[in-house]
Amino acid sequence: MTESVWIDAGYLLAAVCFILALKALSSPRSARWGNAVGAVGAVLAVVLVFLAERPSNLVAILIAILLGGLVGAVAARRVAMTAMPQLVALFNGVGGGAAALVALLELGEVGGSAIIPLVATAFTVLIGAISFSGSAITFAKLQELMTSRPIVPPGAQWLFGGAIIAALALSVLVVTTGNTLIGVVLALVALGLGVLLVLPVGGADVPIVISLLNAFTGLSVAASGYLLGNTLLLVAGTLVGAAGALLTKLMAQAMGRSVANIMFGALRGGSTLG
Amino acid sequence: MAEGIVLLTIFVLSAFTGYEVIAKVSTILHTPLMSGANAIHGVILVGAILVAGRADSAIELIVGLVAVFLATLNMVGGFVVTDRMLEMFKPRKQVERP
Repeated sequence: MTESVWIDAGYLLAAVCFILALKALSSPRSARWGNAVGAVGAVLAVVLVFLAERPSNLVAILIAILLGGLVGAVAARRVAMTAMPQLVALFNGVGGGAAALVALLELGEVGGSAIIPLVATAFTVLIGAISFSGSAITFAKLQELMTSRPIVPPGAQWLFGGAIIAALALSVLVVTTGNTLIGVVLALVALGLGVLLVLPVGGADVPIVISLLNAFTGLSVAASGYLLGNTLLLVAGTLVGAAGALLTKLMAQAMGRSVANIMFGALRGGSTLG
Repeated sequence: MAEGIVLLTIFVLSAFTGYEVIAKVSTILHTPLMSGANAIHGVILVGAILVAGRADSAIELIVGLVAVFLATLNMVGGFVVTDRMLEMFKPRKQVERP
């Protein structure tokens, strides 16, 4: 009992680190310090989850962390300054993907129980998968693996509308049945939705979309925190979701555009200054 | 129910905090801030470790480990790349606004 109080106090400390990090990152003089504080909070959180949970499969988990850390650090060190935005998009996408996978795995556990955890699960899978595939497309656009011009497939509005309806219907099914297989289908539809969402956006506007998807991933992490009953994930995800939403608006303002115009301008037939 | 309301309270307060805390960001820091926030949601690693640690079939374990790998990539890569971006903001005395 007392042990769990210490763990929760530690999570609180990590949450404070994240708030301080965001605050410090907003000002040039403290920004680098802020990033370091955020990293300290993240490491603290990971140490705490090992202490609290004593997970089985420990060796395999540690190897996965080692590999992920190695690949992430090397990629971040080697990347050219000009290619950083697409790397951030990639990191954001894999975070969303991780959140979706966590929720899919947890679906087996919450299946048949209360409705709110199931809603949180469906939300995490949907938004996490959209963020994953959307980020993959922004990466491809910025890395010039594909044209950075807005791409509007024929009948895009119908395709997009249909995908949204399918995603909502599948979400309802996930909530009512708690079936993992339906959850997987929802994830696949959401992947398609993410692609459709980002294709019509022009190259110059892509950074704003990355910011929007960043906020999406934050929200899916928050929902997964709700699902797992983990307050730190809830706080960190919500912080990033809210800060990311505001930041997206500020970035669009700095370009003299509205977010709605950037996301849906091409769908409506307008120019997006690609 | 009581626990649900507690979590909802935390959610609402965090949302206001996240919004207020970056409201005064300077324009040159938009990209590093986005990158730093991106690294922070890498703590989904905590959730990934939880589910991977509870996995009781091979497929669950594999999916869980993939989640752990991806989340670590997000977290470690995110902080490192943000730090590299911010190296460019080394003490060059420019327009200082409080």
